[in-house]
Amino acid sequence: MAEIVNRPYARAFEEYALRHDDVLCLSADLTSSCEIDGFRDRHPERFLSLGMAEQNMMSFAGGLGMAGFRPFLHSFGVFLYRRPYDQLVASVAYPRRRVRLMGFLPGVTTPGGMTHQAIEDVAVMRTLPNMTVLEAGDATEVESLVEAADSVDGPVYCRVLRGAVPRLFDTPLRVGLVRELSEGSDVLVVTAGITTEEALRARAALGRAGVSVRHLHLTTHKPFDAARIVEHAASVRRGVVTLENHLIAGGIGSQVAEALAEAGLARRLRRLGLRDTYAHGGSRPYLMRHYGLDALALVRAVEELTGERTGIGEEALEAVRIEAVHSAVKAEAL
Amino acid sequence: MRNERTTEEVAHGIRRRVFEHSMRNNGGYLSQACSAAEQLAFLYNEALHLGPSTRPLIPPPFAGVPSADNPDYQTGAGYNGPFAPEYDRLFIAPAHYALVAYACLIEVGRMAPEGLEMFNKDGSSVEMIGAEHSPGMEVHNGTLGIGLSTAAGLAWGRARRGETGRVCVFMSDGEVQEGQTWEAVQAAAHHRIDNLWALMDVNRQQCDGAMDDVMEVRDIAEKFRAFGAVVAECDAHDLDALREAAATPHPGRPLIVLAHSSPTQGMEFLRRRFPRLHYVRFKSEEERREMNEAIAAELGIPPVPLEEAH
Repeated sequence: MAEIVNRPYARAFEEYALRHDDVLCLSADLTSSCEIDGFRDRHPERFLSLGMAEQNMMSFAGGLGMAGFRPFLHSFGVFLYRRPYDQLVASVAYPRRRVRLMGFLPGVTTPGGMTHQAIEDVAVMRTLPNMTVLEAGDATEVESLVEAADSVDGPVYCRVLRGAVPRLFDTPLRVGLVRELSEGSDVLVVTAGITTEEALRARAALGRAGVSVRHLHLTTHKPFDAARIVEHAASVRRGVVTLENHLIAGGIGSQVAEALAEAGLARRLRRLGLRDTYAHGGSRPYLMRHYGLDALALVRAVEELTGERTGIGEEALEAVRIEAVHSAVKAEAL
Repeated sequence: MRNERTTEEVAHGIRRRVFEHSMRNNGGYLSQACSAAEQLAFLYNEALHLGPSTRPLIPPPFAGVPSADNPDYQTGAGYNGPFAPEYDRLFIAPAHYALVAYACLIEVGRMAPEGLEMFNKDGSSVEMIGAEHSPGMEVHNGTLGIGLSTAAGLAWGRARRGETGRVCVFMSDGEVQEGQTWEAVQAAAHHRIDNLWALMDVNRQQCDGAMDDVMEVRDIAEKFRAFGAVVAECDAHDLDALREAAATPHPGRPLIVLAHSSPTQGMEFLRRRFPRLHYVRFKSEEERREMNEAIAAELGIPPVPLEEAH
C-alpha cells in the first residue's frame, strides 16, 4: 500500500530555497494553488508576486537570470508556455537563463478544462533548443525535482504534482533518470508522471494473465535517452506501448517512435494518450477513463500487440488498485 | 567613460553614417536615425555610466547561438562596457534601430567604421535586426515589448545585490501597443524598481505608417502615470531638454522619458515619403540620386559617390 504524502512540493521547495540564496520564488497569482503560500508568508523577502501577467513574468525572470538569480516560476503548466511563448523563447530559452518553470496540474490532472489543461506542454518544451524537461511521477520525485531542476545550467520545465501524492519510489529523481520497473519479455511499456501508477496496476493484472511486461518510467523528456529505449525495445518480442498524460503527438509516443525509427528497430508501437483532441473538464479518474489514459486502456493495447485476450476487465484492475491513492484523491479544486 | 566629442557631433555623425549607408545599399532605416540620433548620442555620450568596450573594434563574425556546446558564446553587451556593479546596462528594445545604434557605436569609438560594412552580410554578427550577439545588443529584443520586462527583472536583481549601476531601456512608442509593456510598468511600480528608466522615441510611426492610423494609443504619458511610472516629456532633438527630462527624480518608481521626435529631423526631404517611413527604399535610380543630393545638402555633407557603389 503506497504511502500518501501531503503537499510534498511545499516542504521540498522551502527546504531547498533556504539553503540557496540565489533561488527566488515567483508567482503569478496562483500562490496557494502551487503550494508556495507558506513560503510567501514565512519568507516574503524571497518571494516576488508578479500578478496575472505571465508575459512580463517570463521576461522579468530572464532579467533576474541575467543578474545571477535562479528564479522558480510557479503557475499551472499551461500558463507557463501558451500565453508567454514568445517571451519564453526570447527571454529564457535562447539565452539559457537558469529559470525553473514549475508547471503544476499537467495534462488532465486539473478539473479546469481546456484552458487549464497542459496537454501539449511536453511537445512544445522538448522542441525548444536549450530546454530541459522533467516530470515527477510520485511524492519522492516531486521532492527531488527541486534540486534536480536547479542542477541544470539552463532553463528547465517541470511537470509537478500537488496535493496528496502517492510515494512509489524510494530514490530521488535525477536529470536523465530512467527507472526500470520490471524486466518482462513480451511487451515494453513506457510511462511518466501519473500514468506510471496506471501501468503498475495493469502490469500486476497482466502478469497474472501470463503477459510478461517490461516497464520503464521516465523522469526526463529532454534530454531523451533514446539509446536506452531502443535497448529495452529490442529485448521484447511483441511490441511497445507508450501511455502519457499528454497528446500522443510530440510527447513520449513520438519520442519512442523517433528512437525506434532512427535505430532501425522494427517493433510495433501503440501510443496511448489524447488522440488529436482537446479534453473537457472533469475528475482525473473520469478523464483518464474517458480519453483512454488508464490501466484498462493499457491492457487493451497490450492485447492488440499480443493478439490474445487476457480476460482482464475493470474488476480485475480494481482489485490491484492502490486503494489508498484513489480514496484519498478527490477531484481537486482550483 | 566620456567621449571627447560633443553629443551634437555624435548625433550628426549618426545621421550621416546611416544616410551614407542607406544610399550605398539602396535603402535603410533612415527615419529611425532622424528621430533617434540625439537620443542614442545622449545615452552613449553622456547619460549612461558605461565602462570601456571589452570587445574588438571590428566585430567578429557570427560565432553560434547560446548552447551547452558553445561555451565561448558572447553577447554584444561588451560593446557597452564590462558587467561591473557600478556600470549601467542598456537594452535597445526596438531591435530594428540596430543600424542607428551601430552608427552610434562608431561615433563614440566603440566600433570601427568597418563594422557597418558588415551590416546585414551573411555570416556577420552585425545583423539587420539586432540580435543578442550583435554589437551593443545585450538581449534579444526583436519582438517588441519584452525589453522593459527584462530590464525590470535585471534592475530588481541589481538592486537586491546592492549594485549602483542602473538599467536603461531605449524604447520606441509603437511598443505601447503591446500589452506586455503595461505589464512591465505595473510590475516595476509594484516592486518599487527605481534603478530602471526608459528613453522612448515618440516618433508616432510604426511599420504600417502613422500610429494614429494603425492603432490609436491616446495619451501615453497619462497611461504610463496611471500604471505607476514617473513620466517626463521633452523635445527629442533638444539636448538640454533631454538632459533635464532624464534627471527627473523618480524614487520608488521607474522613469519613462517620452522624447517627442520628428521622423524626418535633419532629412526633411523624407517628408515626401510620409507616412511610409519605416524602411526607406528608392523607387528609381532617379529618386535615389535626387534623395542623395537633397539630404546630403541638408546634412551639410557631400553626396555619396553612387557610381562607385555596387
